[in-house]
Amino acid sequence: MDKFTKLTSSAIPLAIENIDTDQIIPARFLKATDKEGFGENLFRDWRFNKDGSINTEFPLNDKTYSGSILVAGDNFGCGSSREHAAWAVQGYGIKVVVSSFFADIFKGNALNNGVLPIQVSPAFLEELFAEIKKDPTTLIEVDLGNQKITILSADSSEDFDISDYKKTCLINGYDDIDFLVSNKDDIEAFEGSRA
Amino acid sequence: MKKTLFDKVWDAHVVKEMKNKLQILYIDKHLIHEVTSPQAFNELEQRGIPVFRPEQIVATADHNTPTTDQHLPVKDEMSRKQLEQLNKNCAKNNITLYDLGHKYNGIAHVMAPELGITQPGMTMVCGDSHTSTHGAFGSIAFGIGTSQVAQVFASQCLLLEKPKSLRITVNGTLKPGVLPKDVILYIIAKLGTNSGTGYFCEYAGTVFEEMSMEGRMTVCNMSIEMGARGGMIAPDETTFDYIKGREFAPQGEEFDKKTAYWKTLPTDEGAVFDQEYHFKAEDIEPMITFGTNPGMGIKIHENIPAEDNASFEKSLAYMDFKKGQSLVDQKINYVFIGSCTNGRIEDFRAAANYIKGKTKADHVTAWLVPGSQQVAKQIEDEGLKDIFEQAGFQLRQPGCSACLAMNDDKIPEGEYCVSTSNRNFEGRQGQGARTILASPLVAAATAINGKIIDITKQAV
Ligand code: SF4
Repeated sequence: MDKFTKLTSSAIPLAIENIDTDQIIPARFLKATDKEGFGENLFRDWRFNKDGSINTEFPLNDKTYSGSILVAGDNFGCGSSREHAAWAVQGYGIKVVVSSFFADIFKGNALNNGVLPIQVSPAFLEELFAEIKKDPTTLIEVDLGNQKITILSADSSEDFDISDYKKTCLINGYDDIDFLVSNKDDIEAFEGSRA
Repeated sequence: MKKTLFDKVWDAHVVKEMKNKLQILYIDKHLIHEVTSPQAFNELEQRGIPVFRPEQIVATADHNTPTTDQHLPVKDEMSRKQLEQLNKNCAKNNITLYDLGHKYNGIAHVMAPELGITQPGMTMVCGDSHTSTHGAFGSIAFGIGTSQVAQVFASQCLLLEKPKSLRITVNGTLKPGVLPKDVILYIIAKLGTNSGTGYFCEYAGTVFEEMSMEGRMTVCNMSIEMGARGGMIAPDETTFDYIKGREFAPQGEEFDKKTAYWKTLPTDEGAVFDQEYHFKAEDIEPMITFGTNPGMGIKIHENIPAEDNASFEKSLAYMDFKKGQSLVDQKINYVFIGSCTNGRIEDFRAAANYIKGKTKADHVTAWLVPGSQQVAKQIEDEGLKDIFEQAGFQLRQPGCSACLAMNDDKIPEGEYCVSTSNRNFEGRQGQGARTILASPLVAAATAINGKIIDITKQAV
């Protein structure tokens, strides 16, 4: 997993609520047996028109927007447990997703893949959308160490929550497998106590 | 201290408490399938870590499997490869696999309960969000991502923060024609799709106490649709009777011993939940959805509400519906009865009961897809197959099928499908397909009439 500490980038706005994992990566792309290539099909059915041509109105295809931060409407990532959704987001080059609310499983999956989900207040989310609309190149700074997200042009910032453990994992690029395996003695003792 | 059902099961599985609120939680049973496991097996192999407790894992092929000609090689190359990969991975790691064609093959959440693998008081996980289904037995069961599948492979544990607790109580008597699916669609429509996020939900009250195990599974299945990781219902005589005698259920004295323990699990009188909701059974009617998330549901004879917000309007535009419109008399060309929500024998009985002696409307394509081989066999043994075939329905072979349309069972673009599955997301049943969620009874009635009818006006 890649390490994450600090990021300054412009952002891609996606002002839609309840974006579910079937939109993030449609089921027909789940047939792969490795983690590569999902980025190409991120939001597949929104990025392309029915005839296969590019939907230029969709923010990801709109050249005015760029960057590795995705700003999305409330309740992002609801639906399926498919980690392919996190692989698609990460594979596309997104490092941070900002929303006013995240579905549980997506949030966990993102963190397990080095993508930082940042939950902000609805007011701050509105401000983000407004600033990006005003100036698509507006820079947003994400400081994981200080748990702070800042809209640099507006000099407006908000603190965000993250568990200390997950923060350490992101900063160091660790994951839970290493940690769990290192506790094997306790796990075996637990099994023994139940037998 | 007074404890909830959830507390009792959770606390009994904590291996270790860490600082910062994290706990190592022990997992009793791990179900896996072809779509969310291959990358987890790769991960372990790359790190040189063996599968820790293969005997606690059960595998099935369900998401990607065809529902016709299952005896032939799978035509789609990518699907076939994924299924072969599962086969190899299971063989290599000594994991039991109910592969395509096996008499126990089926959707994970239909197969495990009917084999007695699912039991009260257990912790269960699967790389699938509808693992919540198993909570119907009073177990803690929830969906996990593929990284977590790898963690459970490696350690039989997960590192988690204990979720908050929520209880939804529904008392009273359900009206005729109101099925468990309507109960959960009603609850989600009332509470919204993210009301349960961060919570584990217990369903309590007379409605659930009087419900069959199949009905309880339908309800718990859709807990994730309001954002909750899982749903639970206290085990009782209905639960014990269901489990008794099943293939992997405890037998003889062991069963009695287990039952005595299971009886201690229900929530203590006076235990406190972080959040509670109450509903009255009499207020619930047969439900349908009109939008692109499961919370966008109405009583079948109600009109679509008028909400002024862009996401709501985007959703209606996708469905090609208007604010204030009624869905009664809406012409429908596709009907799907199946999935881990409503692919159990009771669902097919409910459908058959309505269909018997009738024929489907000519323009309707009606697919019936049993949740498992065992359900398929029951459909045949109970004579339901004849009823369905005489009525012009297509009875297919078991699998997830049109619930997520990974195989060939896709609803064509722009078409409406009244479906007993659990998600009406854009494109869920095929690119451009428009899904209307409903109970097996409403789905059956739609197929017969060729349009949505107000089922409350018929004696059912
Ligand atoms: S039937 Fe549908 S919801 Fe259930 S496991 Fe299969 S794809 Fe998932």
